[in-house]
Formats: sequence, structure tokens, C-alpha cells
Amino acid sequence: MKCTVCKEPAVIDVRRHNANFCAPHFLRLCRDQVARAIKDHQMIQPGERVLVAVSGGKDSLAVWDILVELGYEADGLYIGLGIGEYSDASGEMARRFAEERGLHLVEVDLPRDHGFDIPTGSKAARRVPCSACGLSKRHLFDEAARTGGYDVVATGHNLDDEAAVLFGNVLRWQTEYLGRQLPVLPARHGFPRKVKPLIRLTEREMAAYCVLRGIEYIVEECPMAVGNKHLGYKEALNAIEAASPGSKHDFYHGFLARASARFTPEAEAEQAALQPCQECGAPTPGDVCAFCRMAERAREATPVPVTLGRRS
Amino acid sequence: MKVLLRNPKRELEIEGPLRVHALLARLELNRESVLVIRGDTLVPGDELLEDDDVVEIRPVISGGAA
Repeated sequence: MKCTVCKEPAVIDVRRHNANFCAPHFLRLCRDQVARAIKDHQMIQPGERVLVAVSGGKDSLAVWDILVELGYEADGLYIGLGIGEYSDASGEMARRFAEERGLHLVEVDLPRDHGFDIPTGSKAARRVPCSACGLSKRHLFDEAARTGGYDVVATGHNLDDEAAVLFGNVLRWQTEYLGRQLPVLPARHGFPRKVKPLIRLTEREMAAYCVLRGIEYIVEECPMAVGNKHLGYKEALNAIEAASPGSKHDFYHGFLARASARFTPEAEAEQAALQPCQECGAPTPGDVCAFCRMAERAREATPVPVTLGRRS
Repeated sequence: MKVLLRNPKRELEIEGPLRVHALLARLELNRESVLVIRGDTLVPGDELLEDDDVVEIRPVISGGAA
């Protein structure tokens, strides 16, 4: 198998591009796809400070690496979620990546800084663990970006992530979610813009990027996410992709180009109803935001040990 | 060859020579869902794996099986 660009031996085939690549040309492809996503969706302007949400997994470390390679001023933010050995290992990956490259990693620790962990927060708020985790991360990303004076928060959501979420939202016609499933969420209520620079790259391509760049990442999924329905959606979409390469890209990017705007009114109505949380100032439809409510209940609750996944 | 798999972690001995695509088909793995790694680099689908090779089959979906 030869590289489609230079005819040297290839290390990876990318069937959706009907092409094979050697390592240097594959890495260039990844950077070019990120640069195109940023340009097409006006994600980051020159001179803006970027905070990359880093989990220690392949996608967040890859997007941090690529943004720095593309010349952006990008720091990392790691959030310790108190999920036992998994949090210890993922934090170590993020710290090692930053140290080896001389990058700045901001750290927030949920148990230390807010007095509870995800297993306890999940039970106290009667949310599945992935919901409690997502709620906490979104809140803490916003808070850290605002405190640190960052213009943009970048996350490692890739094409597979977005296609799987879209698949789930379409299965249940969750129109308010469809209206805000965008690659850029504009700054509002004093909170930074949020961008997803990896929307043109698949999960397989991101894992390959890390292997070829020598980026060590945590391969195992969070123990509390076992049985997560999005894993099932991803496997279903990959079965379609194997039979018809390019399907995931067409599904998600076709939605953005031809359908997304139809759901904007639902999302705008939801946004218009938001007001500042009385505790922390974050936008919320009620008086106190969901994170502050969960934190208050969790701090009063008996700590819960880490257990293997429930469906979420 | 020695084949290292994840979720759960395990090792298989499979007789070579065998092409990567054939190995994945034998293990009933979707090529979109895994990478095959030998040493510190990737092995493309048409590569012939020899009997003394050691390869890792790594799921690309976090938490996915391989």
C-alpha cells in the first residue's frame, strides 16, 4: 500500500477519502482538516487565547497538539472528577503531555475545590454518572475560562462523537437539542465561545494521529461509562461506515449544511428563558443552576464508591 | 503471532503469515473501529503479519471492545 500523495509506503488507509497515507502526510491531513474546520466555522480569531478541555484521552490531547502546531496560544484544562484510579491515570496522562511539551495545564479538582466527586454527585442528584459528569465539566470549563480570561474553550469532540449525538437526537426528535448541536456555541452571558475543531476527523483518525505523534493517552473508557448508549450508536454508525465509507461525514455535515438551521427557533426559545444562577451566575432556566443544586446535595450526602457503569 | 487485545485485556496466539484485513475478519472486528499497531507505528490493512510478530489491536472508540 502506497501513500496517495508521495508513493512512499503507507501506514494507514482512509477509505472515506479513498486514499492511503504515510505518517507525515497523514499528520498533515489531520492538521489541514482542523484548519479547515476552524476557518469554515470561524471558530478562533487570530490572537485569541484558547483553553483546551483535556481529559487525558486521545481526542483532547490531539486537539491540543494540533492547535499548538497550527500556532494558536492554547493552554490545557484538566478536571479531576474523583473517579478513583481512572482519574489518577487520566490526570497523569494530561500532566505528562503538558510537561513534555512545555505547555501550561490548568487543573481543577472537583473533590478538592467543590467538596464532592462524580459517584456521589450522580447519586445525590439522581442523574446517571455521564450526565453528572457532563454537567460538572461544562460548568467548570466555563468557570475556568472566565476566571483565566480565555476567549475560547476548545473540546475534543470528533466526527464520531457528533454523529452519535445527532443519531440519538434524531432517534427521539429532540428538536431543542438539534437546534444547539453546532460546532461553535457563541459567547453569551459573560461566558466564552465553545468550539469543536475535530468535527472533520474520525475517532480512528484521532487514535492514529496520537500513535504516529507518540502521544500516550488513556485507552480505557471511564469505568462509570460502561453501557453508555452513545457507544452503541457509534458501533452502529461504524457498521454503516464500513459498508459505505463517508456516511458519518455526510450524516453530520449534511445536517449542519441543510437541516440545522430549521431547529434554531427551538434552541433560541430555550436560550431566551435563561437567567443568571443566584449562587454562581451561570445561565440557568431556574433560580439556581443544576450544578449548584447537585453540589449542595452531594456535599451533604454520604460519599459513594466508584462502581462499574450503569446505562447512561 | 502474538495478538494483544483490550476491553478486556487478553492475548491470543494466531498462526501467521496473515494479512491485517484477514486477521481482523477472523476476529470479527470492524476495521473502522480498531487500529493495528506493531512497535510504535501503525500497520496498514494489506500488510502481511509474520508468525513472530507481536501486534496490538487497539479499539478507537473509547470503551469499545477489541
